Amino acid sequence: MVMSDSRASDAEAFSAEQVRHLAMLARIGMTPQEVEGFRAELASILGHIEALAAVDTEGVPPTANGADLLNVQAEDAARPSLPVEAVLANAPQREADYFRVQAVLESS
Amino acid sequence: MTANAPEGWLTIAEAAARLRGGEVTSTELTSAALERIRATDERVRAFVTVTEEGALEAAAAADDLLRAGDAPSALTGVPIALKDVLMTEGVRTTAGSRMLDDLTPPYDATSVARLRAAGAVSVGKTNMDEFAMGSSTEHSAWFPTANPWDLERVPGGSSGGSAAAVAAGQCVASLGSDTGGSIRQPAAFCGVVGMKPTYGRVSRYGLIAFASSLDQIGPFTRTVEDAALLLQAIAGPDPLDSTCSDEPAPDFGAQLGEGLDGLRIAAPRQFFERNDEGQGMDEGVAAAVEGALDLLAGAGAALDRGASLPSVGYSLPVYYVLAPSECSANLARYDGVKYGYAARGGASMWEDMEATRQHGFGAEVKRRILLGAYALSAGYYDAYYLQAQKVRTIIRREFDAVFEQADLIVAPTTPTVAFRQGEITDPYQMYLNDIYTIPANIAGLPAISLPCGFAEAGMPVGLQLIANRNQEALLLRAAQAFEQLGDWSGRHPQLD
Repeated sequence: MVMSDSRASDAEAFSAEQVRHLAMLARIGMTPQEVEGFRAELASILGHIEALAAVDTEGVPPTANGADLLNVQAEDAARPSLPVEAVLANAPQREADYFRVQAVLESS
Repeated sequence: MTANAPEGWLTIAEAAARLRGGEVTSTELTSAALERIRATDERVRAFVTVTEEGALEAAAAADDLLRAGDAPSALTGVPIALKDVLMTEGVRTTAGSRMLDDLTPPYDATSVARLRAAGAVSVGKTNMDEFAMGSSTEHSAWFPTANPWDLERVPGGSSGGSAAAVAAGQCVASLGSDTGGSIRQPAAFCGVVGMKPTYGRVSRYGLIAFASSLDQIGPFTRTVEDAALLLQAIAGPDPLDSTCSDEPAPDFGAQLGEGLDGLRIAAPRQFFERNDEGQGMDEGVAAAVEGALDLLAGAGAALDRGASLPSVGYSLPVYYVLAPSECSANLARYDGVKYGYAARGGASMWEDMEATRQHGFGAEVKRRILLGAYALSAGYYDAYYLQAQKVRTIIRREFDAVFEQADLIVAPTTPTVAFRQGEITDPYQMYLNDIYTIPANIAGLPAISLPCGFAEAGMPVGLQLIANRNQEALLLRAAQAFEQLGDWSGRHPQLD
């Protein structure tokens, strides 16, 4: 298959600041070296993806999944769930029957 | 299934016959599979976890059923392997990621539970690219898996361990998952049969999610008949997956043996185009695939080489917007709180979370999460995510139009044979490996890869057949008829 391809200057200009913003949104810590590596790679990948802009999609509805399923509803009925011990067995830290994390809301 | 004897290459159908006939026990088959793993897996490295004890217990239970004449299925007592992306109760499940280094699931995936109920014997969990993102099984957090045909080459991915295990004679069959080609591409690289069912045919419950609108579980086997048998055991409605089809699974083997006569098979020209910049199939792959087309026509299929899928070339960019977008949402759950790897000791919960995801995820996973976060972010959503979903509609409609004139589509599975470990370092070059397999995921269609010849350095080549939605029985019929035109499946790599 021969790829439809176009490289836009937009993507080439993908900035380190944008990478840091995305990393913050995704909650991924990153060293300055990692930021630079991802900047170059994302710019390259986005350059290939830009090809999509050339497709005329006027009046075409989006497709969300490969099946033709819409609004699947389950009966509103209780069913057995896993025991608490089984669910907590893989917890990195627990306290009684809870997952333990650092304080989310700090006192001022 | 012994360490070196030719009967090591049993199929599910052959194993079932021998088990029922009392010629062999499941304990013997399972012990032989475990012995074969011990003898070869230091080189192949297909398995992340080998469950020797559990396998022998399951085999003993299967032997009880077989002796009593109560075997529930053709799978009863047959040694199989499971991709490490499928949740297995009480058995470590890592998805190839440091993030899930010590996860012991409290439940089975639906497909796994159904195989257990069928009496299949799991010998272990197979290696994969981290979170099923990759095409070479080099991006496992643990180690790369080798191709049994040439240990210097990759087995493909992301289900490389499942493909290599079947090719190396370490099990009779295995399960993988396919989001953009992760069953079919490694099947082609390793010279085995690999099938992605219609989206929604097999429950995704307990499949660690990558891109939920594309992910499907499917079989790796030595023969097409075996693919029908394994699919039969795992398919069908499941209330635990809302995207699983309500339609009861039909008899997938119902049309086996009916041949190719009269079948209309389209060979859309976009799958066969090549240019001077190295796009399209390599010469060796093209020769094998063109030979396969001649065989199909010679056996009575009506081949249409004029068929066209004008927008199918956009499948790759569509995929690399949709899959990362869905993955960025799905992988948000790995926060170091409920299970899995957890960094601790930061100044705040947020610092811990960022450190958990920095050190728990590998580079390819982070790359895709960032790409998805970008495609979904304010100001870019319409241009990337929504536009990709609309182009997806166009590609689907073009497939629908081809299927008005044809029963099946034929295409190559991959542009090249298995490449060497470390050969591809550019992420986008790696993505190009899936150029022929991604369209079936985009359109939700069932597709199969099966051996059709050998090329460069004696490496296997795969042929891909694609059917319309829910037409697995027809797909398997045509694939089996093609399989019988040659003896590609009868050749095995030399590991002894």
